[in-house]
Amino acid sequence: MDFIFYFGDVFSPLSFLLLLGGTIGGLILGATPGLSPTMAVALLIPFTFHLEAVQGLILLGAAYTSTVAGGAVSAILLKIPGAPANIATTLDGHKMAKQGQGAKALQLSFLASAVGGIFGVLLLIFLTPVLAQWALAFGPSHLFWLAILGVTVIGSLDSASVVKGLLSGCIGLWLATIGFDDIMGAQRFIFHPSLGGGINIIAALIGLFAIPQVLTMFAKGRRAQGAEVIEVQKHSVLDATKELLRRPRALGIGTITGSIIGLIPGVGGQIAGLVAYDQTKKFSSEKEKFGQGHSEGVIAAESANNAMVGPSLVPLLTLSIPGSPTAAVLLGGLLIHGIFPGSDLFDNHPDVAWTFINSMLVGQVLMCLFGLYVAGLAARVAQVPQSVMAAIVLALSVFGAYSVQSSMGDVYVMACLGIGMYFLERFGFSAAPLVLGLILGPIAESNFIQGGMIADATVGKASYFLSGGLNIFLIAVVVASIAYSAWMELRTRRHTTKEEAQA
Amino acid sequence: MKKLIASAAIALMGLAGTAIGEEYPERPILMMVSYGAGGATDFQARIVTMTAGNEDALGMPIAIINKPGAGGRVGWNWFATQADPDGYTLAAYNVPHFIAQSIKGGVSYSADSFEPIANWGADPAVFVVAADSPFNSMADVVAHAKENPGKLTFSGAGLFVGHHIAALQIEKAAGVKMAYIPTKGGGAAAMKAVIAGEVMGGVNNLSDAFRAQEAGNVKILGVADLQRSDFLPDVPTMQEQGLDVDNSSVNFRGVMVPKGTPQEVIDELAATVPEMFANPRVAKKMQAGGSPMHIMTRDEVKEMWAAREQTLKELLAGL
Repeated sequence: MDFIFYFGDVFSPLSFLLLLGGTIGGLILGATPGLSPTMAVALLIPFTFHLEAVQGLILLGAAYTSTVAGGAVSAILLKIPGAPANIATTLDGHKMAKQGQGAKALQLSFLASAVGGIFGVLLLIFLTPVLAQWALAFGPSHLFWLAILGVTVIGSLDSASVVKGLLSGCIGLWLATIGFDDIMGAQRFIFHPSLGGGINIIAALIGLFAIPQVLTMFAKGRRAQGAEVIEVQKHSVLDATKELLRRPRALGIGTITGSIIGLIPGVGGQIAGLVAYDQTKKFSSEKEKFGQGHSEGVIAAESANNAMVGPSLVPLLTLSIPGSPTAAVLLGGLLIHGIFPGSDLFDNHPDVAWTFINSMLVGQVLMCLFGLYVAGLAARVAQVPQSVMAAIVLALSVFGAYSVQSSMGDVYVMACLGIGMYFLERFGFSAAPLVLGLILGPIAESNFIQGGMIADATVGKASYFLSGGLNIFLIAVVVASIAYSAWMELRTRRHTTKEEAQA
Repeated sequence: MKKLIASAAIALMGLAGTAIGEEYPERPILMMVSYGAGGATDFQARIVTMTAGNEDALGMPIAIINKPGAGGRVGWNWFATQADPDGYTLAAYNVPHFIAQSIKGGVSYSADSFEPIANWGADPAVFVVAADSPFNSMADVVAHAKENPGKLTFSGAGLFVGHHIAALQIEKAAGVKMAYIPTKGGGAAAMKAVIAGEVMGGVNNLSDAFRAQEAGNVKILGVADLQRSDFLPDVPTMQEQGLDVDNSSVNFRGVMVPKGTPQEVIDELAATVPEMFANPRVAKKMQAGGSPMHIMTRDEVKEMWAAREQTLKELLAGL
C-alpha cells in the first residue's frame, strides 16, 4: 500500500502543475501526426535536467500516458495513426467521424483509454513481481510463435476477402525485409540511400493511411465544388459513458489483451491494439458492423493501447531492462538523476518510484477529463471542406514523416508507399494488414534466427521451437486462429454462392 | 556569364572563409547521433553538450538530431555523404563500431571520411552471467567451453560491434569455440537474454551491466579493458584472468566532423570541446548515470582510431 502513502506528493502545487502541463501537452503532441509517444518523451527529457527527480518523472509519466491516448485524435479525425498503437483505432473511428459521429468516437476513445490505462497502472502497482517473471518467460521461440499468431490475424483484419488480406500482408512482410538486416548486417533491397535503415514504421503508417485519402479527396474536390458538409452530431458525455458500459465485452477484451501483450518486451505496444480489435471482432455478436463505424472497434483498440502503458514499464522498473523504445527513453530520464531502476529504485527512492506511478494514475484521469472537454470541438474538423482538408492533411503528413528522424528520405518513402496504396485500395486491398506485416516481419525473422542459433548450439531447432508448455500453447492458438478464419471464409462463400444461385 | 558566376562564387567562398575564422560559431550547431533517442550514446551526447552554450565553451548551444538505423550505418552514411563540412554539423562516433563496419564493407565511409575532435567516454565490454549461474570466473566459463565446444551460448548486441569484437577476442585468447548469439534491439535485448536464462552468458556494456548487478540480476565476471573500472573495483580484467584481451572492444564515444571542414574550425573545436567535456557539472551527471568518462584530445583520438583500425583488420580478416 506504499503508493497511497505517496499520493500526496502528486498534488503538491508544482508537481500538479507539471502533471497538468504534461497531460495537456502530451495530448497535443500525441495528436500531431508523426510524433509518437517515444519521441514526445524524448523531447521532454532535456526539460527534466532542471527539475528534481520526482518532478521530472511526473512530467514524463504524464506525457507518456497522454500521448498514447492523444494518438487516437488524429487516427479518428484524420485517419493518420500517430503511432502503431493507434492503427486499429482508424478502422472504425474514422468511419464514425465521417458519419458525423466524431464527437462520440472521441469520447468513447478517451473513456476507454482511461479505463484500460487505470487497469494497467493498477496491475503495475499490485502485481509487479509476478509480472516481471511473466515478462521474462518469453524467449525467442515464444516471440516467434507470437508473431506468427499475429500473421494469422492478417487475413481477417479489415478486408473484404481473406485472400486480399493475406496478399497485402505479404507485401508488408516483403517491405519489412528492406534495409540492413539487424542481426547479420546483410544488405537487402537497398536501391536508394534513404532505404538503408529500412522502412521507418511511422513514415509508412502516415503514407499508407493518409496519402490515399488525400488523393481521393483531391480527386473528388475537382468534381464537386461545394464539398459535402457533414453535420457533426452533438453527443453528451453521459451517453458515451452509457454506451461504454453497454459494451463490457469489447472493454474487457481490450483491457486484458492490452495488459498481457504490453508486458512482453519488444513486441508489446505495437500490436496490442490490433490483436484486441481482432479478438473483439471474433467474439462479437455484431461482426459485420466492424469496419463500418462500430463503437466496439474503437473501445477495444483504445482500451488495449492504454492498458499496455503500465505493464510495459514492468521490465524497466524491476529488472532495469527497457522493454519498449519509450521505456528506453524513460530509463535515460531516470539515469540523468542518478536513479537506477530495479531494487535500488523501490528500496532507496520509493518517493520517486511511487510518485511516478501515481502520476500515471492521476494522469489517466486528467487526460480523460481534458479529452472529453475538447472532443466536441475537435470533432468539427469533419466540417472543413474537403479541398482544404486535403491540403492540411498533406502538410501534416510531410511534417510528420520528416520529423521522425529529420530525414527527407522518410518523406519520399511515405509518398511512394502512399501512392502505391492509393492504387491497391482501388483493387480492394487495405492498409491495416500491410502494416501488420511490416511490424511482424522483423519480429518473426529476428527471433527465428536468434532462436535457431541458440537451438543449433544446444538442443536442436525442432525441440527448441516445438516443445515446452508455452510453445505448445501458442502453437495451439495459432492453429485455432487459422481454423476459425478458414471456417468463416467457407461459410460466407457457401452463403454467397447460394444467394447467387437463387438470383 | 559563367566567369561572373565563378568569380562571385570565389569571392563568396573567400568571404565565408574569413567569416568562419573570426566568428565561428555564429549560430547553433547540430550534432548527429546515429542511434535512437534514449540510447546510451544519445543520453551521454545530450549530457556532454549541455554546457555548449556557456561563454567559456562554444557560446552557442548544440542541438542533437537522431538518425538511427542499421547499427549506426544510416547516420554515419548520411554524415559522410550529405553533411556540410562547415563546422555546424558535428556527429557522435562510436569506436570500434564504425571502423569495424567500414572494414566489413557496404557503407560509404571509413575512418578517413571523418576528422575526430575529442573523445568523451569509454564504456568497456564486460562478461556477464545470470545471478544464479554456476560460473564464478572467466576460468569457469573457459573450462565449460573447452568441455562443450560450440555449445556455450552467449549474447551480445549484434555483429561487428564492440560486443562482437570482445567475443572474438575472448574466443581467440582462450582457444575455444563458443556460440555467440547476436540479438536485435541492442544491449538491452542481449541483457534480457542473460537474465531470463535464454543464453548462458553474455557480453554487455559496463554501464548497463553495472546497473543490472546493482539490481541483483547478474554477476560480472571480467572487464575487457587494460585496467579495472572505477565503477567495479572488485571485478578483475580479462588479462588478470589470463586471457589476452586488450581494450580493442572498448566503446569509445566522442565528437567528429566531416572531412573537408576548414582547418581553423577544427582547431577551434579541438581546443574548446575537451574543456567543455571537463566541466564539473557534466562529470557529475555522467557519474550519476553510471557512464564512465574518458576525455581524449584530437591527437590522442587520431592515434586511437589508427590503432583500432590495425587490430580490427587483423581480427576480422578470418571472418
